[in-house]
Amino acid sequence: MMEAQALQLVESLLSFLGLWELLRGFIEPAWHVVWTVLKIFAIILPIMGGVAYYTLAERKVLGFMQVRPGPNRVGYWGLLQPVADGLKLLCKEIIIPTNSNKFLFLAAPVLALTPALAAWAVIPFDDGMILADVNAGLLYLLAMTSLGVYGIIIAGWASNSKYAFLGALRSAAQIVSYELAMGFALVCVLLAAQSMNMGDIVRGQQSEYGLFGWYWIPLFPMLVVYFIAGVAETNRAPFDMAEGESEIVAGFHVEYSGMGFALFFLAEYANMILIAALSSVMFLGGWLNPFQGWPVLGELTAWVPGLVWMLGKMSIFLFLFLWLRATFPRYRYDQLMRLGWKVFIPLTLVWVVVVATWMQTPWWLW
Amino acid sequence: MAEIKNYTMNFGPQHPAAHGVLRLVLELDGEVIERADPHIGLLHRATEKLAEHKTFLQTVPYMDRLDYVSMMLNEHAYVMAVEKLAGIEVPIRAQYIRVMYDEITRILNHLLWLGASGIDLGAMTMFFYTFREREDLLDAYEAVSGARLHAAYYRPGGVYRDLPDSMPQYEASKVHNAAAVKKMNENRQGSLLDFLEDFTNRFPGYVDEYETLLTDNRIWKQRTVGIGVVSPERALALGFTGPMLRGSGVVWDLRKKQPYEVYDRIDFDIPVGVEGDCYDRYLVRVEEMRQSNRIIKQCIDWLRKNPGPVMADNHKFAPPRRESMKQNMEELIHHFKLFSEGFHVPAGEAYSAVEHAKGEFGIYLVSDGANKPYRMKIRAPGFSHLSSLNEMTKGHMIADVVAIIGTQDIVFGEIDR
Repeated sequence: MMEAQALQLVESLLSFLGLWELLRGFIEPAWHVVWTVLKIFAIILPIMGGVAYYTLAERKVLGFMQVRPGPNRVGYWGLLQPVADGLKLLCKEIIIPTNSNKFLFLAAPVLALTPALAAWAVIPFDDGMILADVNAGLLYLLAMTSLGVYGIIIAGWASNSKYAFLGALRSAAQIVSYELAMGFALVCVLLAAQSMNMGDIVRGQQSEYGLFGWYWIPLFPMLVVYFIAGVAETNRAPFDMAEGESEIVAGFHVEYSGMGFALFFLAEYANMILIAALSSVMFLGGWLNPFQGWPVLGELTAWVPGLVWMLGKMSIFLFLFLWLRATFPRYRYDQLMRLGWKVFIPLTLVWVVVVATWMQTPWWLW
Repeated sequence: MAEIKNYTMNFGPQHPAAHGVLRLVLELDGEVIERADPHIGLLHRATEKLAEHKTFLQTVPYMDRLDYVSMMLNEHAYVMAVEKLAGIEVPIRAQYIRVMYDEITRILNHLLWLGASGIDLGAMTMFFYTFREREDLLDAYEAVSGARLHAAYYRPGGVYRDLPDSMPQYEASKVHNAAAVKKMNENRQGSLLDFLEDFTNRFPGYVDEYETLLTDNRIWKQRTVGIGVVSPERALALGFTGPMLRGSGVVWDLRKKQPYEVYDRIDFDIPVGVEGDCYDRYLVRVEEMRQSNRIIKQCIDWLRKNPGPVMADNHKFAPPRRESMKQNMEELIHHFKLFSEGFHVPAGEAYSAVEHAKGEFGIYLVSDGANKPYRMKIRAPGFSHLSSLNEMTKGHMIADVVAIIGTQDIVFGEIDR
């Protein structure tokens, strides 16, 4: 509906200028494409802004946890710090190592960032506020989040550096094993919602009990597994051995500088925000009001738009990412694999069976 | 079939976990270490040779720069060696001050070690917590010597001067306004001893904080338990000393076995490990911090009750008081001789060692009766610890090399000298 309304708006604007009849032949057939591109911008630009300010939030939160103020020189309260960082990286020279494979070396950051952004197509921000309301949304997401590792492997390989190569190998093994646990956690959601459409998954959690109707109660172990696997997938502490600052220096992106490095950085943070969005959609009821159907609170908060709830739920997970980073030491590579294969995968497998059986009983309330 | 070769990797000297300028050549089978070959000497400053060209007093500041995270402990070994050669009697108050500052230095060293090995294993927050406490102790350094790191406070014959009656105060600035500064100055109102007493009361709570973050943390344990195991026999054979040796379960501490200064009058315990792995060495060092805190407390009590001289009154070795120098010809001559020619010590040789934060730190001096040592040899504990790196890391993974470098508490100032 919004598409047609927007077209009308353009029409009235251009008629006012007397250009409508002239341009009509060009605009009307292409309008669907133009509108989609506009929507993509409306998603990508806030994500990029979110990434920039999430880096600031990270430094501030870590700062407060570590008895120091964090960035506070550039702009009031350090608010211009992400802008300054971006400008700095933009102006830096892109160094391409002599013995690297130049094409792959330059392609790798692009390959890392693209899937991180493409995955956002199927995220519902509010009821109907979704770029592509496809029925295989969940499958598409699994595909996109798994593709991100190619950027890392190719970066490690193309750099022709020993540290980068080790980082890439670690990352490949890590993502392959955690993808499984993540996939099985999602199978549980799929079972509970009986749909792979992201919007339907959220609507399946709607009830008169507010937040008690969401999947985080029956699928609580899966929420934990999914989020931890998400931390591992995004190479964040305590699973950051692909970067492993104090072991393999910076891992796969040790040879990158300037914008090449910045793209990896953007991809990592876009992925973190994506994991937060997915966790809130699948386990915390996406855009739903947590007090829906409650006597007083439900009525008091009924006016709050769904987007606000969605962003609020994402913030909880985003804060968790930072909290984990400030608290835990780093896992060793083999210990990480052990955790993935010997703890998470058996647990998710068992829980798939538990949920499937549970759903056949009258005690399934969701 | 293709030839399978081991992967050789250069680790350092520019590496975040190299603790300065360690260069390791690692031979890897996948991520497993086959051989670790430490290359040293990148921080060689010829301290031993320099000492042959300096008067005995002029060498003291060079000692600070050996193990630059436990400065006064290095000085201590040196001044003790000089005193042994020259036969100088040190006043009892100076001995207590030295013991107190030795333990402050030990805490400083262990705090830096805890922060650095925390950050090596990814526990970034530890670093900032330990540096918060280091700040107070460095202020205590500054109050007594004027320098935060390279103190040159211990002198042959005692210490440079008595403990100050007041602490330096923070002043309001753009960053901290008057109210904030007032709060920061709260524990600086009294003397240095009051400030330190306040610190010793707070410090056990801080150590509890560190232990909450690490001791029972599953990841921390997975990263340290069973890593870099050294049996007691091997530890002795490899020349380990200090926490590295005690972590393997050998009860050896120079403060107990060969008490120097006033350690025999002070009540403290020696923590000892069982397994000889990184985790035990971590526990030993954390407990040593608590014990050092106890020692500082006892020293504060004694120092409050017993004023007295802090420098020997033998002016052949120790400078005279400034007032008497202005009025007295003989004192003036002493002063002139001491700060131009320096003092001569009888021919002979002396070895003196202290229980340094890292192990046994010893100075061996040979004198031919001149105003300079004929030869000085430094026994640095880190050197023998580092030589065992290959044995300790064999069969472990790259991430464990970092943990083992951390647990050895290596500082290149003393290894390369």
